[in-house]
This record gives sequence, structure tokens and C-alpha cells, in this order.
Amino acid sequence: MTSTKKDPVLVVLQLAGGNDALNTVIPYGNPKYFDHRQSVVVPEDQVLPINDQIGFNPNMGPMKKLYDEGHMAIVQGVGYPTGSRSHFRSMDIWHTCEPTKIGDEGWLGRVVRDLDPKAENVLTAVNFGRGLPRALVAPGVPAASVGDLETYGVLTGIDDVDQRLKALDVFSKVYTPMIGQGTVNDYLAHTGLDALKGADILSSAPAMYSSTVEYGSDTVSQYMRNIAQTHLAGFGTRVLYTTAPYNSFDTHAGQLAAHTRLWSETSRAVGDFYDDLQEHNAGQDVLLLVFTEFGRRVKDNGSGTDHGAGGHCFIIGEQVKGGLYGEYPSLDADKLDDGDLQFNTDFRSVYTTILEKWMGLDAKPIVGGEFEQLAFV
Amino acid sequence: MSEQDISLIAHLMRRAGFGAPLDELEARAAKGYEATVDELLDPESQPPMERDIMMRYKTEWLAQAGLEGQQEEWTFRMINSNRPLQEKIALFWHCVLVTGHAKCEYPKQQSMELDMFRTTGMGSFHDLLKELSKDPAMVFYLDNCMSHAGAINENWGRELLELFSLGVGMDGDFNYSEDDVKAAARAFTGWTVTNSIPRYPYGKYEAKFMYDPRDHDNEDKTFLGETGNFNGEDIVDIIVKQPATARFVARHLYNFFVADDVQVPAWKDTPPQDIEAIKLLEEEYFRSNYNITAMLRVLFKSEWFKNAKFAKVKSPAETVIGTLKLVGDYKFPRPGLDLMTMNIRYMGQDLLNPPTVEGWHTGREWIDSGTLVERINFTADQVGNTNHTGVKDIINRLSSVGPVLTAEQLVDGCLENLGGYRLADETRNQLVALANDDGEIRSDADNFSTRVATMLQSIVATTEYLFA
Repeated sequence: MTSTKKDPVLVVLQLAGGNDALNTVIPYGNPKYFDHRQSVVVPEDQVLPINDQIGFNPNMGPMKKLYDEGHMAIVQGVGYPTGSRSHFRSMDIWHTCEPTKIGDEGWLGRVVRDLDPKAENVLTAVNFGRGLPRALVAPGVPAASVGDLETYGVLTGIDDVDQRLKALDVFSKVYTPMIGQGTVNDYLAHTGLDALKGADILSSAPAMYSSTVEYGSDTVSQYMRNIAQTHLAGFGTRVLYTTAPYNSFDTHAGQLAAHTRLWSETSRAVGDFYDDLQEHNAGQDVLLLVFTEFGRRVKDNGSGTDHGAGGHCFIIGEQVKGGLYGEYPSLDADKLDDGDLQFNTDFRSVYTTILEKWMGLDAKPIVGGEFEQLAFV
Repeated sequence: MSEQDISLIAHLMRRAGFGAPLDELEARAAKGYEATVDELLDPESQPPMERDIMMRYKTEWLAQAGLEGQQEEWTFRMINSNRPLQEKIALFWHCVLVTGHAKCEYPKQQSMELDMFRTTGMGSFHDLLKELSKDPAMVFYLDNCMSHAGAINENWGRELLELFSLGVGMDGDFNYSEDDVKAAARAFTGWTVTNSIPRYPYGKYEAKFMYDPRDHDNEDKTFLGETGNFNGEDIVDIIVKQPATARFVARHLYNFFVADDVQVPAWKDTPPQDIEAIKLLEEEYFRSNYNITAMLRVLFKSEWFKNAKFAKVKSPAETVIGTLKLVGDYKFPRPGLDLMTMNIRYMGQDLLNPPTVEGWHTGREWIDSGTLVERINFTADQVGNTNHTGVKDIINRLSSVGPVLTAEQLVDGCLENLGGYRLADETRNQLVALANDDGEIRSDADNFSTRVATMLQSIVATTEYLFA
């Protein structure tokens, strides 16, 4: 962070559904991998080697390139104590940093509150996708949530452009006088005007943007492009978030085909995003965290894999110290935890490192305790 | 019948149900307000959902393997039930007596819980708490199956007192002590569920409640000042006769059906905004032997209810269901309802999957800049779609006003059709100006339906329309 003048920006890509760690960073040098994976297995000769023990899924070429260039850290065996195999519960834990009780405030919501305590910028945090992820939810913290940047706005269902502009004019005129009419109306009016302002500002982003990078047509690619557009537009957005839709990484069946498509799309999206920022000389302020809520079972079920524990997460950026962090979880039968990989790095260590070393924030109140910092920043 | 009747019936239907289009409101107004209340309070007098038709088109609802299928089925029921208050009461109890998909072994268990709310939720609160204590979804959600004689898990014991009956405190004082929590947890040891796993080879199946006397703590316990070798039923018996429980039920009913109150965690130190209303409900609670229907009858027939129009911010479920009822869509389980249902989640209320055991915060906390955009755009998209039968009905009704409408007639006609909404003068003036903008409003002109649709869209975008 030493050379950056601008404010550091955090981008989060969530691989919803529970990505299969074993077939992402593949322990191809360990014969036990082939013992456990009879059907849902990537052959040794297809693996893109990192070293003589592990390598990338063959569809992760663009991310391998980032790794080889030293811009990508792999944190192996990330998880938390008392692992939960429920998507929702596990995702909640990652989002709220509350492994033992059900929390109601998202860690990134707390981050936004720290960054912008008076909520001066309605776009300090922007989510791409429908509905806010719990990570971004905290009382009194505004966060925009954008389904489609190209068409984002208020009253977008009015087709006639002229009519819509008139209706929006009325909208701003009827929300403004509500201010001062009691606390609830005051709040609603401010929220309405914030939403309108946010939509107005955001909708200008695509027009300001041009790039030679052509992203894929899948949802993650399009949202990563929207994130690049928003970052490049310079709205002061500090936290940008998106989620692979519909629990797509939840590969209980037909995993080999699905995982191939998922990683060719996702890896390309990440590579394109990195190239896009480089092309605009805007990559030095951005750090990308890619995470999933849990790994999958060590043994396959014949066609897919069921919910397990212990995943990897990736941290990518020009300022990232690339390489391997944590230890690859053992595949030895006596080291498995009820058939699952054992985690060795608490996810809150990853968050703490990002918050302290990248965002320059006090991590303890955000993640709820003191956790070891890693060296990837 | 007077205009007043229609807007009062509209108010009742928004609260006791999910709103209704104008023709239904007129039919109900013809029967009268009191008769409509009595009918709503007697759901068994109306035909049930035609389950065979639902299942013929939506076979996946039989299995309900996931969250989305359950949400879709419930959405369909809320739109179409002839017993709107029964669905509303299920929603009410779901928001108070919370379980969540995030911690549920077998998703359909929550739909079964909703069925329990439908059948028991308008009866005695005493019965409801007993059923809830044996509800497999709840036993698992709050870990009572992990609570053993000699090694209690306090989760259920605590939330039963804090969130499901007494509340933390009232009038500034605490309602129970930590020792009471432990005593309740001990009394409920042995209340567990049968095993619902494994997943393979036949898929998950439901768990059943099971009482295991060998795992029950048979020592004496002291709970809220009474001592004995209590079992779970005894704890419920003691709970329901507490004044704090009457306050708790009354205040929740008021917050859900009458007017937004402060958030539940503030109830210990913040008195109810209308203490007279709460006292009437508390009295009825004891007079009727804890009967919810009796309390609701007092509530709906009171002047303070009738005077509480637009005193609540609509929840996302009320917004989506109310809009779909108004525009007349999804009267049949056609494809696309699953995606429509997702809008409730996008607006911040992921039904059956609340953020915590506290449920959702209500009132203005439904609204933030993200959820507001979702809400306005969804509602405006629906009321602006002139292919919807409900929207066509509104257009036809307005065109029958005459060949030419004044701007005021257009605005007020739209407000009436949306359920007797009222706007601040300044807002109404703006909309009148907007209506005047394109010249004379002729009901035989090609653009008439578009002008009505645009007016409806502009109205649903106002702050007034956020309220019910």
C-alpha cells in the first residue's frame, strides 16, 4: 500500500454454493486424491502445476497466469471452528463473523460505517446482484444494490423516456418536502433522494467507460465488468461486491461438466477484470478477494460432491504478495474431520489482514477479536 | 354505500389480509365492516386452497426440497387463499416465533410449521406455545435436541422467554432471571426429535417430535417463583398466566396489525404508544383464556384500529402479495411465480430464512436505498403493465367516468383503485400537474391506458404508498 495515493478499494467475489477445493487447487501429487476421487477427478496430466504437489484446475489458465506473475495469493485450508454444512448458516458465518451465534450485522457493513461514518457518499459500497448480501447489511449504513448497471435506476419500468423523466422529476419533488415531516418521513425522504442520487451517479458510469477488454457473457463476467466500470468512474466507492448467482458452485451432481464451465467463466472474468484495471492504470488501488462458504466432501458421490469443509480463498491485486499461504489440508484418513478437510487458517485472519494492511482499519471490532495476520499484503 | 366504507374496508383488508382490488372491496363493503371482520375471523367458513390443483401444476411443492419452493408455495397461498387472515396470521407468527432455513435439516419442516400456525395460530396462545415446543423445526433450530439432563443447552429456554412469550422486560423491569432461563431449559430436557438424516439413499425425510423420559431432568425446579418437578408443559402453563405474556402478545398484535411500534428490543424501556389499546387487548387475553381470535376481534372492531390507516410501513411480503393481488396475476400456479417470489427477498424479507432468531426489524427499517429501489421498481412494473387484468379493470373503470377526465379525476380515481390512498396536498398537486402535462385526458384516446398506467406508477413511487 506504500505507493498508493488513492484510497484502497476492496472487491469481493463470492462463489456461492460451496466451491470444491480439491478440484480447484488440485493435490495431484498426493495419491490419496485419486483414492478419494474415483469419479469426480481431474487427471494428473491436465492439471496446471503450481509445484510438484498441487496445481490449478485446467480451466483456470487466466488465474494461473496471475499467480505466475506474483499477483495472486492462495490461502489454503480456510475455514472456522465448528464448521457448518448448511449453505445459509455457513454463508452467514462468513458474512457476520459470528461462528457461534447468529449475528445480524455484516462485516462489510461495519467496514462501510468506519469508512464513511456520516454516510456522506451514497456509493461507498455497491453490490452487483439482486438484494444485498448479509455482509453489507448494517443498520444505518447505505449500500446500493444494482441488478444491471446499464439499466439501473428508479422507475425503470416506464418505457417512454420522456414520461419517465417527468415521473422522476415528480419523484424528486414529492420526496423533498417530506424532509422535516417527522422522523419516519424524514428518513424515507432522505432514503428516496439518496437512491435517486445514487442511481443518477451510477448510471453515468457505462458512458464514461471504454476498454479493449471483452468480458464473457456470463453473469459473473458482466458483474466484474460493472465493478470495473464503477471503480473507473471515480465515485469514491470503496467496497464492491458480487456473487456467483443461484448457488452455482453447489455441484452435488454432474460436477465435472459444471465445474469446467464455472471455472472457465470465473477464471476468465477475474483475468479480464485484472487486465481491464491495468489497461486503465487503475489496478494499484484494488484488492480482490474470492471466497466460498465451504469446501466439499473429500470423497465424491459418483457424480458430484456434497457439502464439506475447508476451502481455499484467493487474494488478487497488483499490490498482493503472491504465493501459497496456509497449508494444504492433509488427505490422510486420520487427519480428516468426519470425512472433511481440516481447516488451518481462520477466515477472520484473512479478513484481518485485508482490513489492517490494505484498508488501514482496526480489524478487531469488525471481525470480533484478534486474529493472526498473514503476509499476502 | 359511502366512500368512507370502501376506504375503511380497504384498510381492514390490507391489515387482515393482503389488500384487495376495488370490486372485492365493494362486495365486502356491501356486506358491512362488522360482518367482514367476523368472516375473516372465521376462516373455516371459507373453502380451503385447492391443493390438488396446486400440486398438479407444481409437483415440486410436494417435495419442497429447498427454500425457494416453499417460498413460492406460500406466496401462491397468500395471493389466492379465501382465508386471507389465516395466511396473515401464519406470516405474523412466522415473524415472531422464528425458525430459519439456515438451520433446518429438512426444509419442508418449515412448511409443516406454517400449517401449524394456520390451524393453531388463531386459537389459544397456550396451545400454540405447546405446539411450538414440540415443533420439530423449532426443536432443532433452537437446539433443544442438544439439551440433556445434567448438560442443558439454554438456547430454547432463553428464546422461549425472551422472544416468544414474556419478553426481556416491561415498564422498565426485567421479566425473568437467568435462573428462570436455566429452570425452563431443565424442564424441557428430553424434548427432542427423531433423526431426520441420512440424506441417502432416499433423500431427507421429516423429523418427528419425541419425548425421551430417560433424558429428562426429574429434579425440582423453581421457575418464576413456583417450585416443582416441572416438565415442559408446566413451564408453558406458568408462562401464559403472566401479565408480561399478555403484554407481549398484545404489543406484537398491535405492532403487526395496527401501527408500527419501536423495535422489539426496546420494549422493556419504551412504553406502548397507545397504552389504552394495549390494556384492552391484555384484558381480552385473560378474559378469553388466551384466545387470539378474541383479541383480534377487539382489535379490528376498535376505533383505534379504524383510525390507524397508513400507520405502518408495508413489509416486503405485504408489498409483493398486495401488488400481485391488485393486478390479478398468478391466480393460477403458472410458471414464473418462483421468480416473482424472489422480489420479497430482494426487498429484504427472505421468508422462512430470517436474519436471526429475532426475525426482521419492521417499520422504517424495511427501507434502505437498495430495498427502496427494488420496491418502487417492482410495484411500478406491475401496475404499469396494461396486460394485467387488474390494471385493465382500473383503466375500464376510469374510462367509464366519462369521455373526458379532469387531471384531478385521473389522480383521485387511481388513488381510489389502489385502495383508498391519500396523498399530501403538495404531492397530489405535483401528480395533477403531471396528469395535465399531455393535454386533455380523453378516455377514448389511444394513449389513455398509458396515461392511467403512468399515473399508477407515479403514485406507487410516493412515500405515501410505502405505508399500509
